[in-house]
Amino acid sequence: MGMTGEGFPAITTRKDAVIAWGRKNSLWPMPFGTACCAIEFMGVVSSVFDISRFGAELVRFSPRQSDLLLVAGTVTFKQAPILKQIYEQMCEPKWVISMGVCASAGGFYNNYCTVQGIDQIIPVDVYISGCPPRPEAILEAVMKLQHKIDNPGQVPAAQFKAKEPTFDY
Amino acid sequence: MEQKDILEKLTQKHPGAIKGSMDRFGVLEIQVERAKIAEAVKTLRDDVELDFDMLIDLVSIDYSTFAGWTGDRFAVAYILKSLAKGHRIQLKVPVPEGEPAVPSISSLYANADWLEREAFDQMGVRFSGHPNLKRILNHHEFVGHALRKDYPITRRQWLSANESLMDEMEVRLKAKGWE
Repeated sequence: MGMTGEGFPAITTRKDAVIAWGRKNSLWPMPFGTACCAIEFMGVVSSVFDISRFGAELVRFSPRQSDLLLVAGTVTFKQAPILKQIYEQMCEPKWVISMGVCASAGGFYNNYCTVQGIDQIIPVDVYISGCPPRPEAILEAVMKLQHKIDNPGQVPAAQFKAKEPTFDY
Repeated sequence: MEQKDILEKLTQKHPGAIKGSMDRFGVLEIQVERAKIAEAVKTLRDDVELDFDMLIDLVSIDYSTFAGWTGDRFAVAYILKSLAKGHRIQLKVPVPEGEPAVPSISSLYANADWLEREAFDQMGVRFSGHPNLKRILNHHEFVGHALRKDYPITRRQWLSANESLMDEMEVRLKAKGWE
């Protein structure tokens, strides 16, 4: 086949698929826990909800040893440069999950000191709403991220698309 | 000790400082002149019968939107309590706008240090004689005082870089003998 043959894309796509499989099943989270969502994260890593089923077992509290930044909690303007520095210290490939409404959009803190969503500071891959989100919601976010890693550049799959709400009143 | 006895004793020791008193839901509130507050609090703490050994809270108040208010714009309220005797008291110091400076009580109560920093940060009330009067909740590039009534609550201010906390750390290390 050779490096420029017709079959070469078949090898690289297989290689990409294998690498993506490896990456998605070994997401090492770094919990950037600032507030109450961190407590819920503790529930997710515990035995009942068990995030290590998804490979996210090794919770590393160092950005240099992890690839998933899980921002759990409110980020204030005082904290914002710290978050940016932590994100920059992570190596590629890295992903960010914004957990809870405070990290996603400022939560119910519409005031002078809360950043209205961490996507104003760093790029976010998956947002989780909830105050705090259920552990199942966090697990679904990890699954969504795994799907995103498998399908780079694609619109999320139909199974994750929100259904249109039907109002009966 | 009865509330009126406390007031009497304090008025005896500091005749010019007491501007008035009123009852707030069973707790006596004494209005104290700004210049004499540190002395008054020292008496309250050190007197054997008064024995106010706890500073429960120190809050700053902005009266600019208070209906029918004719006094000074700000006030600082101190809540003191005695652990042994069980009585509590509230002191209120009116602070005018402009360059208001209240004598600091951080040398009398250890927790007054941060409480006064918060009053400065959120309301802009300055405390003279404070060891390190700088912002405590908002970041060092914050302009203005956030809990004043004329500060729009949703005006956000970005921070470019964190300041180091080594200034406070160095003081503490020196105090413990680490040079």
